[in-house]
Amino acid sequence: MTTATRTIEELANREYQYGFVTDVEAETVPKGLNEEVVRLISEKKREPAWLLEWRLKAYRTWLTMTEPTWQNVHYPAIDYQDIIYYSAPKKRPTLNSLDEVDPEIRATFEKLGIPLEEQKLLAGVAVDAVFDSVSVGTTFRAKLAELGIIFCSFSDAVQEHPDLVRKYLGTVVPYSDNFFATLNSAVFSDGSFAYIPKGVRCPMELSTYFRINAQNTGQFERTLLIAEEGAHVSYLEGCTAPMRDENQLHAAVVELVALDNATIKYSTIQNWYPGDKQGKGGIFNFVTKRGKAAGVNSKITWTQVETGSAITWKYPGCILQGDNSIGEFYSVATTNNWQQADTGTKMIHIGRNTKSTIVSKGISAGHGQNTYRGMVKIGKQAHGARNYSQCDSLLIGDQCGAHTFPYLEIKNTSARVEHEASTSKIDEDQIFYCRQRGLSTEDAVNLIVSGFCREVFRELPMEFAVEAQKLLSVSLEGSVG
Amino acid sequence: MTMLDIHNLHVRVGGKPILQGIDLSVSAGEVHAIMGPNGSGKSTLARALSGHPDYQVTEGEVSYEGRDLLAMDPEARAREGVFMAFQYPVEIPGVNNAYFLKAALNAIRKHRGQEELDAIEFMALMREKATLLEIDPSMLSRSVNEGFSGGEKKRNEIFQMAVLEPKLAILDETDSGLDIDALKLVANGVNAMRSPERAIIVVTHYQRLLDYIVPDVVHVLSGGRIVKSGDRALALELEDKGYGWLETSA
Ligand SMILES: Nc1ncnc2c1ncn2[C@@H]1O[C@H](COP(=O)(O)OP(=O)(O)O)[C@@H](O)[C@H]1O
Ligand SMILES: [Mg+2]
Repeated sequence: MTTATRTIEELANREYQYGFVTDVEAETVPKGLNEEVVRLISEKKREPAWLLEWRLKAYRTWLTMTEPTWQNVHYPAIDYQDIIYYSAPKKRPTLNSLDEVDPEIRATFEKLGIPLEEQKLLAGVAVDAVFDSVSVGTTFRAKLAELGIIFCSFSDAVQEHPDLVRKYLGTVVPYSDNFFATLNSAVFSDGSFAYIPKGVRCPMELSTYFRINAQNTGQFERTLLIAEEGAHVSYLEGCTAPMRDENQLHAAVVELVALDNATIKYSTIQNWYPGDKQGKGGIFNFVTKRGKAAGVNSKITWTQVETGSAITWKYPGCILQGDNSIGEFYSVATTNNWQQADTGTKMIHIGRNTKSTIVSKGISAGHGQNTYRGMVKIGKQAHGARNYSQCDSLLIGDQCGAHTFPYLEIKNTSARVEHEASTSKIDEDQIFYCRQRGLSTEDAVNLIVSGFCREVFRELPMEFAVEAQKLLSVSLEGSVG
Repeated sequence: MTMLDIHNLHVRVGGKPILQGIDLSVSAGEVHAIMGPNGSGKSTLARALSGHPDYQVTEGEVSYEGRDLLAMDPEARAREGVFMAFQYPVEIPGVNNAYFLKAALNAIRKHRGQEELDAIEFMALMREKATLLEIDPSMLSRSVNEGFSGGEKKRNEIFQMAVLEPKLAILDETDSGLDIDALKLVANGVNAMRSPERAIIVVTHYQRLLDYIVPDVVHVLSGGRIVKSGDRALALELEDKGYGWLETSA
């Protein structure tokens, strides 16, 4: 066996580092989905009538839809009646300080290496931690409130800022958007909400850590972020999940709205449980993320590092509606062992002189399958639109696969679109070169892979970049030898 | 004192026997030149000594500082002070040259029980060595060898050697692709590293380099064996008569 293949295999054989389950008594609704369940969720959350109506419309639409099959991933059929659609920790906290957080939950966060009290001290990071479906702790809220910034759980936003939620919910991802987003619209449990008022530059990175916990509970997060005219915000989302045997469905929706001259930077580290070495278990992650650059000169940047999940199905996109608006997508997706990812972006150019940039880096190891799927659409009115796409794939070992599906639809002749793609194998000679200089094979692989991802990592906020690098090496552990 | 002792070394590549019984002994403080026509196995010898996994040793022994070199993996050899300047240095896109070298140096220092250098100490060392080889500091912040000209790559190899300060340096055709000014710079860099504690093996096809790096011993490799050894004069004779003269007599 060659050196590279051996390291790849060793790296691949490491256990999922964050695998453990916390035992917190959960309050759940019965298994299965019907109108009653939708009503029950809405009732438990004391939602206004309009929101229940919205959920019901979504539910009824969902009944008429079928699961998509065009993606390049394979998984056993999901039994939607075998899922528990709502669960909340029993002791619903009304917290003044972190000391009041359930000690079990805090221990969980500590195992993850993200103890809340340290997070609190972390310069400039406000943390809204979502444990299962209900928020358990929010920090820095007061400081943000002084600037008029709202950062809270989605449920709290429904109670405290219903007009804002009503005005924007579903305006970017309509309830009828696609099978998984529609399901989410019917049963979403909680998530985050942020509102940055006119002219305000959010002084800290907003960050949320997500976590699945209760047995058999699908995670249906809903996030809504609004940047008013001239507002700036950088939002971090990271997650890691416990070891378990059963496949878990995760269907989140994220909607972003940027008005005139507003900037939203949304960064994700996705590290859900990927399943074991044999491909057993792992999260099915079907996510709909979309931003509307509604205003002139607005800008939306998606940066994602996708290392987890058994299945990743995710295409964060931008609707470039405002003239001169900018959409960016920077992505690193790794698949190791039996992981499958079908991910990319959609850039929809509507306004004049709109610009989009796509940089996608796919890394496949083990038996991993990695698909880039990207769409660039240039509308009739989008005079002077420009797109640059670059999709690079790196293969570690010879049992994995990389696939690229770029779609182009151009209705304006003044558009300029460039696409570059490459596929390479991790080079034995690169590894030997590093080893000849004294580095171990594993360090060599990490170095080569992080070099490959550099254009994406440099878009991440500093502390996230460090975490991403660590995660990447953990996720490729055992992949070369 | 003998640093490197090669005895009856046989090496196969891709199932093909290339080296067929090399004997070579190099002492600390010496500079040996290995010459030979293209395809004679010079790079094969250099790669086998540095532990390239594709180069399979089928017979013979190599002792380095009294220890079995062939039992060590490539990184262990490097950490023990074996350095090879590659004939064709590879590019590592996206990996900063300085970052790479710092990681390498610290891996070696750690192995030696020395403290790792921090960013500031390392930058000072880099600057000192870069001046010696007249390396443009901008080269240090570029990706490893990426977009470097042939000459820049070779200079970068010697620069790395200067920073890593190996005990045994094997330079594989470092002169090829260099113009005369670059050749002199590289030679100065190598000469500055000559010391009683260090051995250097210079692999070259042309004797030109040996005008600047004057070897103590010259060996001629042909058909996988060392067919002749001598002093500096041998190199000049080769230049005069070509390799054919030896091949027929071997
Ligand atoms: N990786 C390899 N696979 C197959 N043959 C090789 C490989 N490397 C070298 N060779 C062969 O070994 C012989 C010696 O090559 P090399 O050591 O590079 O010679 P030199 O450096 O003296 O020019 C040549 O015939 C070459 O084709
Ligand atoms: Mg050669």
